[in-house]
Amino acid sequence: MQTYDLEADGLRGLNSSLQAQSAETNQTNWEIVNPKGSHAIAVGLDAPIEVTVKGSTGYYCAGMNQQATIKVEGSVGPGVAENMMSGQVIVDGDASQYAGATGHGGLLVIKGNASSRCGISMKGIDIVVHGNIGHMSAFMAQAGNLVVCGDAGDALGDSLYEARLFVRGAVKSLGADCIEKEMRPEHLDILKDLLARAGSDAKPEEFKRYGSARQLYNFDVDNSAAY
Amino acid sequence: MCGIVGLFLKDQSLAPQLGNMLTDMLITMTDRGPDSAGIAIYGAETDGKTKITVQSPTPDTDFVGLADELGKSLGSMVGQTDNDTHTVLEVPAGQFEAARAALAEIRSSVRIMSRGDSLEIYKEVGLPKDVADRFNLSGMSGTHGIGHTRMATESAVTTMGAHPFNTGSDQCLVHNGSLSNHNSLRRKLRREGVVIQTENDTEVGAAYLTWKMMNGATLGEALESSIDDLDGFFTFVVGTKDGFGVVRDPIACKPAVMAETDQYVAFGSEYRALVNLPGIEDARVWEPEPSTVYFWSHNNSPTTHEKAA
Repeated sequence: MQTYDLEADGLRGLNSSLQAQSAETNQTNWEIVNPKGSHAIAVGLDAPIEVTVKGSTGYYCAGMNQQATIKVEGSVGPGVAENMMSGQVIVDGDASQYAGATGHGGLLVIKGNASSRCGISMKGIDIVVHGNIGHMSAFMAQAGNLVVCGDAGDALGDSLYEARLFVRGAVKSLGADCIEKEMRPEHLDILKDLLARAGSDAKPEEFKRYGSARQLYNFDVDNSAAY
Repeated sequence: MCGIVGLFLKDQSLAPQLGNMLTDMLITMTDRGPDSAGIAIYGAETDGKTKITVQSPTPDTDFVGLADELGKSLGSMVGQTDNDTHTVLEVPAGQFEAARAALAEIRSSVRIMSRGDSLEIYKEVGLPKDVADRFNLSGMSGTHGIGHTRMATESAVTTMGAHPFNTGSDQCLVHNGSLSNHNSLRRKLRREGVVIQTENDTEVGAAYLTWKMMNGATLGEALESSIDDLDGFFTFVVGTKDGFGVVRDPIACKPAVMAETDQYVAFGSEYRALVNLPGIEDARVWEPEPSTVYFWSHNNSPTTHEKAA
């Protein structure tokens, strides 16, 4: 176990040490103490290492992650796991705005609530939120799965492409071109797997699925004058 | 950008440390606003007196004998406590308008930062640390206070453009964001008789709340209606003599974090600003919802003063 004191030793040293790890490293476990809400903790990692942050973070924690498993024992500020490619990010507390934005892959788990714009423009990431999410979540979401065990705020899935949205609780309102869709067996399988990996005991059958009505982003000859 | 910090004490045994805690929070927010900084602090009041905090670019000449001259104009005793470029004048309650007119005559170069029973506002151009040092903010005590670090977008980097803004007795406001309908609203409010001193968008936000309260709204009602009437981005933190409020626009892209314990309610643009507060590890920490008014008061029920303030 490598322990890094962020307050004493600084952010650049931390990220350059973590980014220098390769698949063959024997320093596979890292613990970051005294994060104190600092920004850009553990960003740009590209090795199958495990990093635990002992406290709450500021902006852009675990951004651009590949392969690594990053656990935050606290809450995170805006843009956690932004543009994640693979690996896992697990947040014990709440997440601020645009959690998992533009993520291409990997799994983001938020055990508390996420605020506005969760999963905005997601491109293949899987996001599981144990609590609620805020307004404008999954805006222009293209691919991947967003699973919400609580409620969703206003304008869920506005201008949605092909991401799948699963919500167990109430949806305050759906955004433009987002509709409720039937839950088929393959969706229950996806949900079962994601809930298990995210450590949630929610039942797949309790969720509703939402997706794109595909009226907004497809070319429609009747609307040709508008293009 | 811009950074906001705020601290409302429930446990008055922390009052002597209010300035110290708020200064630490303010300096942490330097990255968000390095061009100016300011603090509004609700401290001790003197019965029958109104405090007017004024600023001068040339305090060495302007502040000499100021209380005496103002006292002669008003026909009463005036107190004066200098603090760097600011001085706090204590005039008899009810004489603020007369004092404002007299100051324009006898010291046309001084600018009014605030007035109220307990409110004092200190703000200047410069790094938050330097601003805090020149006024010895960390030594101040009070029941609640609000601070701001500015990265200017809507008006010039000047003392008058720095936050907090005060447009009514014991009221103050700080802002992160930008208002887009401030010019038309400023014209309207000036026609209604509200004094607006600058071309800054935030002062219009403050004046709007003052105008609403002049017309009978409570602070909570004024904040509610601001969501409909102000166009643009805002996270506002406001102070009154008794209380402390927070509101965010419906888009809520300007950040906000709050923490509450048995001893205090704290606001920060980022969690970083709160990390050194006592007991923060066990505080309830949350992000205020968009379009939702939050308000804490030292009086459990809104007072007539608050309603009329």
